[in-house]
Amino acid sequence: MEIITSILAGVLFTTGIYNLLQKQLLRIIIGTALISHGAHLFILTMGELKQGAPPILEEGLSNYTDPLPQALILTSIVISFGVTSLLLVLAYRASKENGTDNMDQLRGNENDY
Amino acid sequence: MITNLAVLPIVIPLLAAIIASFFPKKLRVVRIFTQVMMVINVLVTAGALWYVQQNGTVVLEAGDWMAPFGIVLVADMLSISLVLTTNIIGVACAFYAPKSLSQKQEEFYFYTFFFLLITGVSGAFITGDLFNLFVFFEVLLMASYGLIVLGGEKIQLRESIKYVLINLFSSMLFVTTVAFLYSVVGTVNMAQIAERVGEVEQKGILTTIGMLLFFVFATKAALFPLYYWLPKSYIVPNPVVSALFGALLTKVGIYSIIRVFTLIFVYETSFTHDLFIWIAGLSLIFGVIGALSTNNIKLIIAYNIIPAIGFILIGIGVFNETGFSGSVFYLVHDMIIKAALFLLVGAVAYLAGTSDLRKIHGFIHYYPGLGWMFFIACFILAGIPPFSGFIGKLLLLKGAFEEGEIAIAIIGLGSSLLILLSVMRIFIRGFWGEKDPNIRPNRRVARGFVFPVALLLFFNVLLGVGAEWFYPSIESIGEYLMNPEIYMDTVLKE
Repeated sequence: MEIITSILAGVLFTTGIYNLLQKQLLRIIIGTALISHGAHLFILTMGELKQGAPPILEEGLSNYTDPLPQALILTSIVISFGVTSLLLVLAYRASKENGTDNMDQLRGNENDY
Repeated sequence: MITNLAVLPIVIPLLAAIIASFFPKKLRVVRIFTQVMMVINVLVTAGALWYVQQNGTVVLEAGDWMAPFGIVLVADMLSISLVLTTNIIGVACAFYAPKSLSQKQEEFYFYTFFFLLITGVSGAFITGDLFNLFVFFEVLLMASYGLIVLGGEKIQLRESIKYVLINLFSSMLFVTTVAFLYSVVGTVNMAQIAERVGEVEQKGILTTIGMLLFFVFATKAALFPLYYWLPKSYIVPNPVVSALFGALLTKVGIYSIIRVFTLIFVYETSFTHDLFIWIAGLSLIFGVIGALSTNNIKLIIAYNIIPAIGFILIGIGVFNETGFSGSVFYLVHDMIIKAALFLLVGAVAYLAGTSDLRKIHGFIHYYPGLGWMFFIACFILAGIPPFSGFIGKLLLLKGAFEEGEIAIAIIGLGSSLLILLSVMRIFIRGFWGEKDPNIRPNRRVARGFVFPVALLLFFNVLLGVGAEWFYPSIESIGEYLMNPEIYMDTVLKE
């Protein structure tokens, strides 16, 4: 199971980076969203995937599910949700103000500053 | 009860941020509120520093969860002195902000973002938990996203997209690296990681993780070759925001490198730390080239951030006590002087109406105070004795010589000269020269700019002239970083 989810995380990363390297702003944002999904899945995998065991660590209990990765993912999901929504608004404003959503044309030149 | 000292520098600005968001339009109230809260915060942090110096490290276990299980906040000499420096810069910026921001910018929650930035930076310095470090990074980055677009000009929006994207990518990589490390050592508490990496048999995987983590922090700290995003995105916002960014954000990155590579990844030093020296040298060279290549005064100062980070990395690369002391001293020095310089060029650009050096001349006839302060700031930055830059560089170069790294010492000295040249160019061409009859001097505005900058320069001069007085603490921090066992024992209470 860990191997399959690791591969899935890897696929998410590659597709995310492919999208990140595009020129259209919206595609780039989708790329960052995919990368963050990949990262979250990766955290879950790294904490070992187990079923049917309680998440609480009691004295002398040897079979348990690690609760920490889930706590980490939850935090990370909230953060990436916030950043993605901010990025969408920013991209909307930037493309309206600059009249383009193409990263090549957003480069600007030295005399602007 | 006294352990709560560790959390106060985070809680005070956080509460202030929330309170300030309730009355954004009442500018007179919110300005005074900000200034008072920042002064209170400085006093509390100074008290905490005094306490830590007297009684040793303060460790707060959040929610009373024991050390490796819960989140710990560790206020040791290194972190608390950096928090104090952060707050001093915060005070200067709080007094500078009303002068340089437009009314609209102030009304759109500048002060809330400002406090949140201070919260994030202080938290990143104090936390003793790797994942919590990520969270505080996000807190300060979110605040910085808000600050960089404040004003919403075309150019700001354009640059902030790039800024947000590069930071978002490196943050995601940070999370992935934490996951890697978690799978190897099974914990995110820095002290426990440090304890367990000694027991890991495959050191190769740790070096890989260490390099990934270095990549993340180097992106945030703007080291060679990952600095390309920095200069332009740091000059587009208001000068006061540039000052906060230039003084604080990159320094959090380099602080994390110091922390992680003195505590956790200390086993393969022959590879990692040699690489650091190479990167430090290249950062010095390329940063200085950037600073000399442009006529934009803000861009000159922004490029000067890169060699400073390079200098700090030398100390980590040579990996001895003197080097660490030098790094820490230079870090504190550079935070203050970068803030002062950004505020100064911000004032010049505001008064001249342009940041193009070719269009500014003869400024000293109208604003002698600003001119001479800029002159002193240049000397402090370049490290002319007896100012603080000299002491920091002396320690760093001494550390480099102790390890026989002669080449980096020569590069360091050479780039210091070029740094002096790059900032003196502003002084010679912008301040000296023919009196420009077209300038209508606005002395009243200029006086408003003088106080915050003078405050920062005062601390900088104090740091240099009173070096004898600070040196024992700095030396003990160097010793402390050299012996990670002290950190582990204090946090895990063994």
